[in-house]
Order: sequence, then structure tokens, then C-alpha cells
Amino acid sequence: MPTLFNMSSSPVLTLNGLSKTFGSVQAAQSINLELFEGEVLALLGENGAGKTTLMNMLFGHYMPDSGSIDIFDSSGTANQLQLGNPQAAIAAGIGMVHQHFTLAENLDALDNIMLGSEKFLELRRNKSKAMQKVQKIMNDSGLVAPMNVAVGKLTVGERQRVEILKALYRDVKILVLDEPTAVLTPQEADKLFDNITAMTQNGLSVIFISHKLREVLAFSNRIAVLRHGRKVGEISSKEANERKIARLMVGEETKVFSRKKLEVGEPVLEVDNLTISGSSKRESISDINLSVNKHEILGIAGISGNGQTVLANAISGLVKPSSGKIKIDSENILSFDPSNIIQAGVGRIPEDRHKDGIVGQMSVAENMIIEDLNSSKIQSRGLLNHESIMRYCSDLSSKYDVRGPGPNASARLLSGGNIQKLILARVFEASPKLILANQPTRGLDMGAAADVANRLLEARQRGSGVILISEDLDEILSLSDRIMVIYDGKLRIAETHDRETLGLMMAGEAA
Amino acid sequence: MIRVEPRNANSAIFSYGVPILSAVVALILASIPLWLAGAPVLISYVEMAKGVFGSKFAFSEMLTRATPLMFTGLAAALAFRAKLWNIGAEGQLYLGAIAAVAIGTGYIEAPAFILLPLIIAFGCAAGSVGMVVPAILKTRYGADEVVTTLLLNFIIIIFLQYMLEGPLKDPMGLGWPQSSPILDQGMLPPLMERMRVHSGLIIAIVCALIAQFMLARSVWGFKLRAVGENVFAARHAGIKVNRTILGAAAISGALAGMAGVSEVAGLKGYLTSDLSPGFGYAGIIVAMLAGLSPIGVVISALFIASVFVGADSMSRAMGVSSYLADLVVSTSLLCVLIGGFFGRFKLVRTNLEGKN
Repeated sequence: MPTLFNMSSSPVLTLNGLSKTFGSVQAAQSINLELFEGEVLALLGENGAGKTTLMNMLFGHYMPDSGSIDIFDSSGTANQLQLGNPQAAIAAGIGMVHQHFTLAENLDALDNIMLGSEKFLELRRNKSKAMQKVQKIMNDSGLVAPMNVAVGKLTVGERQRVEILKALYRDVKILVLDEPTAVLTPQEADKLFDNITAMTQNGLSVIFISHKLREVLAFSNRIAVLRHGRKVGEISSKEANERKIARLMVGEETKVFSRKKLEVGEPVLEVDNLTISGSSKRESISDINLSVNKHEILGIAGISGNGQTVLANAISGLVKPSSGKIKIDSENILSFDPSNIIQAGVGRIPEDRHKDGIVGQMSVAENMIIEDLNSSKIQSRGLLNHESIMRYCSDLSSKYDVRGPGPNASARLLSGGNIQKLILARVFEASPKLILANQPTRGLDMGAAADVANRLLEARQRGSGVILISEDLDEILSLSDRIMVIYDGKLRIAETHDRETLGLMMAGEAA
Repeated sequence: MIRVEPRNANSAIFSYGVPILSAVVALILASIPLWLAGAPVLISYVEMAKGVFGSKFAFSEMLTRATPLMFTGLAAALAFRAKLWNIGAEGQLYLGAIAAVAIGTGYIEAPAFILLPLIIAFGCAAGSVGMVVPAILKTRYGADEVVTTLLLNFIIIIFLQYMLEGPLKDPMGLGWPQSSPILDQGMLPPLMERMRVHSGLIIAIVCALIAQFMLARSVWGFKLRAVGENVFAARHAGIKVNRTILGAAAISGALAGMAGVSEVAGLKGYLTSDLSPGFGYAGIIVAMLAGLSPIGVVISALFIASVFVGADSMSRAMGVSSYLADLVVSTSLLCVLIGGFFGRFKLVRTNLEGKN
């Protein structure tokens, strides 16, 4: 194979023909990959392309069906890695930061970082030494997180940082990051990559999985693209551009959504002086004022943990405000209960789609009708109309392109993107006046994320008001008519719509 | 090396196979102490089978024993489906029995077609109260229903002893702590002549069929399952979670209360404090063995009743202790729990080729 890359440095890792099947799904088909010393390799691909499977095989979480992994020591000799054994992977200097956090929520951050890397009996004795080491890593990397607070109380962003610190603490030579910036501000993400770049100078090799083409282009040396479990291309980042990569990933040009100018209508949602005093600061918001009109998308940017969850919960009816008013279509909401809110015409796309969005053990069809149990096409006299539900479900599945093992299969068997499509189907079919979309594309691949964006734009076209809460600035900037930034429980209007200003407001810095 | 990996899909073979296999494994495991006790294993099991299927009487006795287990099994299964851990079926059973006796022993004089439904209604209502109260404590104040329902059992049994020594004591009972007999027209009619099996069995099976249908096909059952499987998503989707939990509690308690009615008005005729040899607790095993399926409850109640009745007869014939029945029942529960684990996870053999 012709090598385009830096031949001066030696490989630290090679994956040789790794394959893995799950049932009938070929998650990885004889994938070959090399990683060189001091290199940042970006692994790209849509959801289900096999990136996470591949990395899980590297880290010993999955046993490959065939293939082998070689780790090269400093003298350049290859050692075959024992497959299917995370302990061996750790011993070989591989560290992994998972997309879904693997932290013990009742332990504090320091304990989480130390967990598993030191003997149990030494835990207390070395705590201050460990703290020193963590402090040094924090200083070097700029990844700061409170160490003595239970992880359950940290924000998603802080947890992510603890995850990365945990890997760095183990003196890794090869660091795998699965979507590391999904929850970071642009500034934090840039800082993270700056620090990773700096650490690669000292010999760290990094593989990172991301959906964000911008950061992949800016910070990686080399890009490998997976599609349907195969490696479909490898390209030096210098020679790559967004269009080229996107075409490799999805096999076609991705659509850029067009946003027509629309005359806004009357307000569908007004929030007046809304204050919620939660048990902690990040569960509180104060004096929130906002309004959303017909034919309008209001983007609310902010790093998670600044009050957007509790704001969304109040508009969803899950939390009763301490003071203030919420009006939908000029009608005051008096009883904060999700069923009232649904009846008032609010469609909600929840932040945590697995927890709040679906009942995983129930079928796809049942999850499609769960908000609409009183409708006459679903039930008559308390009994479910099975045929009509099945018809409705198959209609919606094709209309919203929900792909999976069928309407009777458990919803938990769907992929993340398809779960979101299921929720979209449920929300948009009710023709809501207001749509509350909380982090609607988090963790979705490009195709599914574009689908969500287009659906939101269609709803805006039809006359719905949309609140889009997101940490992804590109998404906020490309979809919103107006933008507000939430920081520390307070909401401010962004006068100028550019990345820098918004990023600074998200960090609470600019006036 | 063997590793544990989660299964991708619920295996249908497992959901039906595990309970059956567990029952078989339990019987096989029970042969070990049987053999140690010096009894010929095969002959013992033949005696056990004879004790259940050997005569019309034996079979009817098994059905009689299965009846209350079906009710308490259904009580547990429905509550557990809503993730409401009702451990108090024993107490609710006695509440049902107390109510049945309170109005059935002459307080109301009426013909059977009025008195019998009244007794059933009161018994169910009393059992219902016994579960709704802990459910209110749970939904209002977050009190753990495992603790409250379990402890209520003891309170109710003490209350029962008070009632049997006081207000409900049979004046003709020669001082025994027992209630007056239920009027003849208040008794559940027997199913077979000169046998103890009574129409409570029919009611239990009908209840199971209705519960099965309602769980699968009604909006009520839909909500109950949604709340049980994911309370967050259910609340988010606008389902009234507390109302659903209270509804499940009411039905669960009523079914447990019906077990008491059925025992006192179908079998014994009067109430004593040893009416139930732990039917409430056994109902939990029945429900677990049935995978919380109402129809499954009927089958697993028949199995557990067979084991108990058969073991009694075996112990008489072979001279081994009838505690063997408890052993079989508890081993089968353990097997179901272990089997449930294998329903969710699979063991994968990994080769040791890769070396480091």
C-alpha cells in the first residue's frame, strides 16, 4: 500500500484485518489501520459505520472474529496484543475515553480517576500523591474539573473531562477518544486539541472519533473513513476538505439545508420572569424571559449544566416553576404536567432520548403512540386498536424513515439515529404549535442530524415555533432566526451571530 | 476463558424455556437430598406424581392448593409489572379474609346471589386498601414499598389475632380463636361433589385471562407497562405515573384479598390465624416463575401446588420429610433467576491465542 504519510516516525499500532459480526450485522470487515508515533488519527464514519466497534476491539471490550493487533515498543518490535482483554490493552498503554461515560456517579472525580489503576489497599495512602499527579495533568492539559465532588453532581462537560483525565492518568501511549468534543464549548474543544497536539510532541499517539468535520480537518494529521464496517478511504488532513470527507463518509454529497426568509407570526410561547430554585445551582434558573413566534427558530446556545435542562423541563411540564409565567398561545399554563403541555400543542424532543424519549422494552409501535393514547385511532373504550396502530406505525416508519427490525421489536434495539427519528415522528405527527428540541442531534451521525435539522425547518415553514437548545454552535448558527445564550441559569440575547462572540458568551465572559 | 456478553435481542426460547427448564432442574437437584436420605429416587418421584395425578381426589386437592396461589401470584405479577414491589400479599390476603368473615357470618342476611358478590367485593376492597396505603406512601413521600408492605404483613396478622379474640370470635367456638362460620349462602360453590376444590379456581383463571388481555390490549395495561419499564419516559409522555401506580396497587391488593376470600369462603368456611401457610409469599415465587405473565401464573401455580401436594403424599409413602417440597420450590426460583440472567446475557468462549 502506498503510504502518503510521515515515514520518519515509526508505527506504534497496527490493526490487521479485524472483523466482527453481531448476529447478521457485519460491524467490521477486515479493517487494517496503522497509527504512527506522535500522530493524531481521526476516525470518521456515520453511526453504525463500525468506528466504536473497531475501537472496542482495540481496547479488548469485544473479541474480534478474526484479525490481530500489534503494538510496537520503543525499539520498534511488534508485540501481539492479547485480544478481548481490556487489562492487556491497558498494560500495553492504550487508554480509551468512551462516548458514553463509564464513571461511578457516587464516587468523586479523583476516586474515579484512581479507580482500577491502583491497588485497593493503597487508595487512601496515595490520594494526595494522586491528586498531585492529576493536578499536574490538569495544568498541562487545561482540562479542569472539580476533583472532590461526586461525579453524579458534575455537568456532562465536566464528566467528559474527568474521563479524559482518567485516561491520561494512566500514562497512556495511545489515547482513543470517542467523540470527545460533543459536550465541550468551541474554546474548550480548541484548547483540548491544542493540548493534545502538545502531548503528541512527547510521543502520545491519538485516535479520535468525531462527527465534526471542522475539528477533524483542523486537528488531525490523517483521516481514516469507515462506511458499513469497511475502511473506504484514508487521506492526509492537509489534502482533505469537508466535501471530500463527507463524500467518503456517506458515499454522496451531503445536502446543505436551505433556510428561507419567513415573516414571523404571533408568539406561540412566552416565558415571563421564570425562576426555578433547584437543589443545586445547575438545577436553577432565574428571571428567564423569552418568546418564540410562529415561523421562527429560537436557538439557545450554552454548555450543558447551565440551566437549559431545567428550563426545558419547565416548558415540558416536568418541573413546576418557583415563580414566573409560561404562556402557550397566550394561554397561561397553570398546571405543570406533561399531559397538559402536550395538549396545549407542545412537541418535545428530550435531551436524553434513551431515558426520557422511549420505553426501551416496549415496541416501536407502542413508543410511537405513547403520547397519543386518547386518540380515537389508537383506542376505543379503553382498548387499543391493534390493526390501526400497526398501520399508523408502518405509515410513520416509512414517512420518517425509521429503520429497524420492525414495529413489534423492542425500541431499544433501534440505533440512536432511528430512536430520534421515532421521537420526531411522534412529535411532528401531532402538528405541534411549539417544538422544544433539546440537544436533538447529540450523538447522531451526519445523515440523521441533517434529517432532524430539515424536519425542524419544515416545521418552521408550516408555522410552528421552535426552541432549539444545543451545544453545537454550527447547528445553532445554521438553523436559528434568533439566538440566546444560557449561562449560569441566566439567558441573554446574542446581538451578533458569530462563533467567537457566542463562544465567549457561553463561557460567561463577554458582556 | 469465558466471558459474559449481553444478548442483542430477547430470546423467545429463553422466555418460555427458562421457567420450564428451571422446574425440571429443580426436580433433578432435589433428587440429591432424596438420595442422601436413602429413598429410592425414581420411586419417590412416582409416588409424588401419584399424589397429584393418581386419583381424582389427589388432582382436586392439587387444584384446591393452586387456587390461592393463582390469586397471590397474579397480585404479585401485576404489581411487579408496574415495578411496584408488593411483598404484602400475605397481609392483604388476611384483610380480604377478615372482610369476608365480617359481613359473611350473619351480619348481612341475604340470598347467595347478593351475599356472595358482596363478600367478594368487600374482600377485594379490603385487600386493595392494604396495598393502596403503601402505594400512597410511596407516591407521596417516597416510602419504599418493599419495607412498608412487608412490615404491614405483621401488623395485619396481629390485627387478625385481635379480631379473632375479640369482635369476630365465634361464641360457639369453645374458646378457640376462630371466627363464626360463613353462612351457607355465602360460600363459593364446590366444583366437584365430595371434593374440596371450589369455584374460586374458576374465578382465578378468569382473572388471569382478563389480566392477560388487559395488559396486552388495554390503554390501562399499556400505561402500567410503560410506567414499569421506564417511569421517566412514561412521565415525559404525559402518562399520569402516580395514578397508574395507585391503580396497579388497587388491583394487586384486590387480587390478594380475593385469595383470602377464596380460602375462607371457598374452603375453610371460617377464619383462623393459620388460614394461609404463606400463600402471599409463595405468590411472589409463582409470579417470578411465570415471568410475570398472568397466564403463566396459572401454570406456575399448578406446578407449585403439585410439588407441595405431591411432596406431602411422597413423604407419607416414603418416610422422607415433606420439606423437600420447599426445597424444590426454592430451587426452581433460584433456577429461574439464574435462567433470567442467561436470558439477558450469554457466555462467550474466547480463545487464548492472542498473547502478550
